[in-house]
Amino acid sequence: MSVPEKVRVGIIGSGNIGTDLMYKIQRSEVLELAMMVGIDPESEGLKRAARLGYETSADSYQYILNHPNPPAIVFDATSAKAHLAHYKALQEKGIRAIDLTPAAVGPYVCPAVNLGEHWDAMNINMITCGGQATIPMVKAVSRVVPVEYGEIVATIASLSAGPGTRANIDEFTQTTARGIELVGGAKRGKAIIILNPASPPIMMRNTVFCHTAGDYDPAELRRSIDDMVKTVQEYVPGYRLRAEPIFDQRRVSIFIEVEGRGDFLPKYAGNLDIMTSAAVQAAEVTARRLLEAGTRG
Amino acid sequence: MQKRYVRITDTTLRDGSHAVAHQFTEEQVRAVVRGLDRAGVPVIEVSHGDGLGGSSQNYGFSRVPEERLLRAAKEEMTQAKLAVLILPGIGTVEDLKMARDCGAEIVRVATHCTEADISEEHITWAKKNGMEVVTFLMMSHMIDPKYLLEEARKMESYGADCIYVVDSAGAQLPDDVRARVSTLVEGLSCQVGFHAHNNLGLAIGNTLAAIEEGASQVDGSTCGLGAGAGNAQTEVLAAVLAKAGYETGIDLWKLQDAAEEAVRPILPRPIIIDKDSLTVGYAGVYSSFLLHARQAAEKFGVDARDILMEMGRRKSVGGQEDLILIVAQELAAERSAK
Repeated sequence: MSVPEKVRVGIIGSGNIGTDLMYKIQRSEVLELAMMVGIDPESEGLKRAARLGYETSADSYQYILNHPNPPAIVFDATSAKAHLAHYKALQEKGIRAIDLTPAAVGPYVCPAVNLGEHWDAMNINMITCGGQATIPMVKAVSRVVPVEYGEIVATIASLSAGPGTRANIDEFTQTTARGIELVGGAKRGKAIIILNPASPPIMMRNTVFCHTAGDYDPAELRRSIDDMVKTVQEYVPGYRLRAEPIFDQRRVSIFIEVEGRGDFLPKYAGNLDIMTSAAVQAAEVTARRLLEAGTRG
Repeated sequence: MQKRYVRITDTTLRDGSHAVAHQFTEEQVRAVVRGLDRAGVPVIEVSHGDGLGGSSQNYGFSRVPEERLLRAAKEEMTQAKLAVLILPGIGTVEDLKMARDCGAEIVRVATHCTEADISEEHITWAKKNGMEVVTFLMMSHMIDPKYLLEEARKMESYGADCIYVVDSAGAQLPDDVRARVSTLVEGLSCQVGFHAHNNLGLAIGNTLAAIEEGASQVDGSTCGLGAGAGNAQTEVLAAVLAKAGYETGIDLWKLQDAAEEAVRPILPRPIIIDKDSLTVGYAGVYSSFLLHARQAAEKFGVDARDILMEMGRRKSVGGQEDLILIVAQELAAERSAK
């Protein structure tokens, strides 16, 4: 048999994020979408999944828990509250969770930076969209010279900020700031988010400011930034420098733009695309290791 | 007949923070608050220019932590209420807790005029914790009055006590102000306020127009010390409102003395309408971009006015100071390509 082996995965949540994940998983060589579950049988996501021939249910995670052949990995694209309510049950069933909510039960993971440390964790958290876009750059600096302070400004199109983000905007700034410290390696982190309603919608843009603890070789720092951009591009092709980085002695400014792949979400919504792309990347790395170890889903 | 009361909030120690690149000292804050409080100014706002938690590389670091300035301000007050500003996306409820612990009684929650729904958690927290909530719909020249009312209704539903039409760019003409304020006054049951910038020389006139349309709260900054070409000058506003027959509770001479003795010595330069601040109003961009555009203009050898006009063309909103660096770089590259 020449059929490639794949790991079975599931999606909880049939909103924009869950639906975009579905299209990304379709392209994967190592992931097989087993099911998509949600709470609204009339949701666009569940309908699309059913049309594409995937198993669907409006019984949410209960359906996965009761399933005779549950997936090995689930993506949780619901809410922090929902994730906190069901992550333990998933874990007890031996199902790995990739958490795209702000629940942050598991370690913060940014694939370009620290997936190698956490791929085997039963629960990993994808931080925030702003975190996925900026933490690699903070790390690109902190691996060359210690970073005393890392600050990011994420500007996203108003249309790409859903009601969940809007109702809990502090969660974004606080979680991203912690990610800049824990994963990016800055001693102190700060995050700012700006919503811009311009029409046509603006592409996600991020500015990363780092204050370094000492001097550095600008050429070495520039190489580190370029290398990190390439690493992120492996799973987010639309990730790029928006302008020349500015090195002002111990103050570094890096400008990033993220164009989405336009799977289910429009291309300007790079903020949503980088979350789903990072989550799928994390699942693929885990899947490859599981396949190598011979423990298929 | 009893005179109509209009509440003036002095924002010298918040909007003025932009004009001094957030370098206020504790002594300056004490002196200004003392002067304003003794003159009967009912509300005094103290915060980083971009609100609580605004101290940053993007907007400028505060010389003195906000907590210290707030405590100092509170200590000097005998009758005035202490207000703080917060921009969701920059400051958090944690910052708001800190401010309330320092004695802030009023919070002003500001969002871009189309993004009212990011203010719900901050308004809800403040109301639950006994604070008076004033909200700001910033850059209100960018949308029409009907759209502005829809956004204002969201803030009212979260519990706002007063909603301000904020002319952050100082870009509105008196008729623009009248249309927005009257639409909100008609469509809301809470109070309506107006916050001006003087970039087109209309701050006092626009504020008067807003009051005529029913605004019951307005902002000023003493000596006009605010972002861009400053705000409605509080001591001028108080005198104009007295002449126009409104009650503000402010002692004009004491306020003028405070302006001369406590604020004028702080001015880093006269707050005037020069070519750059005029361009802020003309282009319709956020007033606090002024100093950042000047700095970038110098660094990249371009004209600050070109940066500001381009920021307007790109439909930038408040808080996008980082885009100034990109625009300046691009303008410099374009010029060297020619």
